[in-house]
Amino acid sequence: MAQNAKGTGLWSLLAVPIMLWTIVPLLFMVALSLKSADTLADPDQNILGNFWPKDPTWENYELIFTGGASDLFTPALRNSLIVCLLSTLISVVLAMFCAYAISRLEFKGKRLILTTALAVSFFPVVAMVTPLFDVWRQIGLFDTIPGLIIPYLALTLPLSIWTMSAFFQQIPWEMEQAAQVDGASSWQAFRKVIVPLAAPGVFTTAIITFFTAWNDFVFAISLTSDRARTVPAALAFFTGASQFEQPTGAIMAAAVVVTIPVVILVLFFQRRIVAGLTSGAVKG
Amino acid sequence: MSDRAKAEQRLGWKLAMPAFIVMVAVTGYPILQAIWNSFFSYRLTDPDNREFTGLSNYIVSLTDPVFWTSMKMTVLVTVFTVAVELVFGFIIALVMHRIVIPRRTLRTLVLIPYSIITVVSAFTWFFAFSVDTGFVNRWLEWLPFIEQDYNWFGGFWSSFFVISLSEIWKTTPFMSLLLLAGLAQVDGSMEEAAKVDGASWWQVLVKVILPNMKAAVMVALLFRTLDAFRIFDNIFIMTGGANDTTSLSVLIYRQTIDRTEIGLGSALSVILFLCVLGIAALFVKGFKVDLAQGRN
Repeated sequence: MAQNAKGTGLWSLLAVPIMLWTIVPLLFMVALSLKSADTLADPDQNILGNFWPKDPTWENYELIFTGGASDLFTPALRNSLIVCLLSTLISVVLAMFCAYAISRLEFKGKRLILTTALAVSFFPVVAMVTPLFDVWRQIGLFDTIPGLIIPYLALTLPLSIWTMSAFFQQIPWEMEQAAQVDGASSWQAFRKVIVPLAAPGVFTTAIITFFTAWNDFVFAISLTSDRARTVPAALAFFTGASQFEQPTGAIMAAAVVVTIPVVILVLFFQRRIVAGLTSGAVKG
Repeated sequence: MSDRAKAEQRLGWKLAMPAFIVMVAVTGYPILQAIWNSFFSYRLTDPDNREFTGLSNYIVSLTDPVFWTSMKMTVLVTVFTVAVELVFGFIIALVMHRIVIPRRTLRTLVLIPYSIITVVSAFTWFFAFSVDTGFVNRWLEWLPFIEQDYNWFGGFWSSFFVISLSEIWKTTPFMSLLLLAGLAQVDGSMEEAAKVDGASWWQVLVKVILPNMKAAVMVALLFRTLDAFRIFDNIFIMTGGANDTTSLSVLIYRQTIDRTEIGLGSALSVILFLCVLGIAALFVKGFKVDLAQGRN
């Protein structure tokens, strides 16, 4: 026992550098967003070796929400939310039916669907952009919300199908039959027994799907110009659009704003995300 | 086949069909169109002069030194980041597996970089290493080759290093999580038995732990390699491809979007796709992984 305790202490010690490595860039993100234009250019106005501002300011946040950069940021934030929520919703609903069939029913072509999903997720995103760019311009989908949602389905469907199939396989379906034997109707059995068991898997898939769409950069910069631009793409174009010479602070304020909801999601659903990621990819 | 089985077959396809159709419709078309376009000399700004040129786009690509420079960068980034992530990710997974005290805090913290938008992490690392906004030069001044005004983005190797660091920071959590799942599959009693027999820590690791989590290691390696090979965001943000840091994906973007050379860009896309397929095939064959197995 004594040896075990000693070993545990050693592992805890190792956790310190890992945590620092994770957290320092995050803190620096926040630090940059709190620096004024002067502070950014002048290391003397910062402490800890140009890391943290002596005099934190909210001016970058004002800039992106009410000031010069708000024309670029607020629509982008709105676009990001609409596009990602809608693609997540569509993708999860479609994938749910598909994964249910794969894990529950016996039919030919299951393997074909799973293999196709895998092949599609291996296809380089940049390679899909060229033809889509071409067609989107011809049929008027370029720079529109649906014009982003459709390609995002291609990104998220394979992932959703695989993750959810893995989840659904773990559900003890006999319980549904047991409920029916006990006198419940099929619908009652489904709603009372299966839905509560399947919900965590569906939910985890939704979060992972949302992350994937939220993170996309390639589709967003190539298939939009200004009306449907999302946050990751808008960040890359801050330089030209802001009247300020150094958009660093504004970029980082925007970065912090878009990171907060995702970090909150991670904090709340850490266990489920871990379960989803691992069962989605390793259980094979 | 019984009626019941037939009904099940029909229901199965009915339920699976919508997702399958959307997936194939969205991706199947661009794949075929990219392959088709790659045989044409075709500029978006000059669509009337679209002309069938056979394999000429491929020959132009494969004989151009620019292509090989980007290939070199892509392979280097892939090999370096995946190798570092494997070692680093494994250490983190071991710590997460063994640790008792800040277990939940550690797991949550480790996951956060993975949830951060790649573009955001690219900007953060870019600003951290920049001469005017950065802290890295000041923190590392005690190192012989670093001065306050050392420009990390002035040359290939230093740019490569920072690009790789941001990629490693962002995606190691993914690797660690998969490896953690693998570690959980290793039977603890086998480790104990090996220890009782007098095996050293290293022997237990190499002879007991690693062989028993082979599947997890392979899947983690495969997914990360395929992903790293398509690296785009960090390079686009940090160097824009300067100092020979253009990856294949960045090169394709430059050709198709900036220069509107659809034909040439498509040929490059097909080459990249073939590379990715090749890597996947090598992994699946070399490591004998059957990814669809156990899902039927």
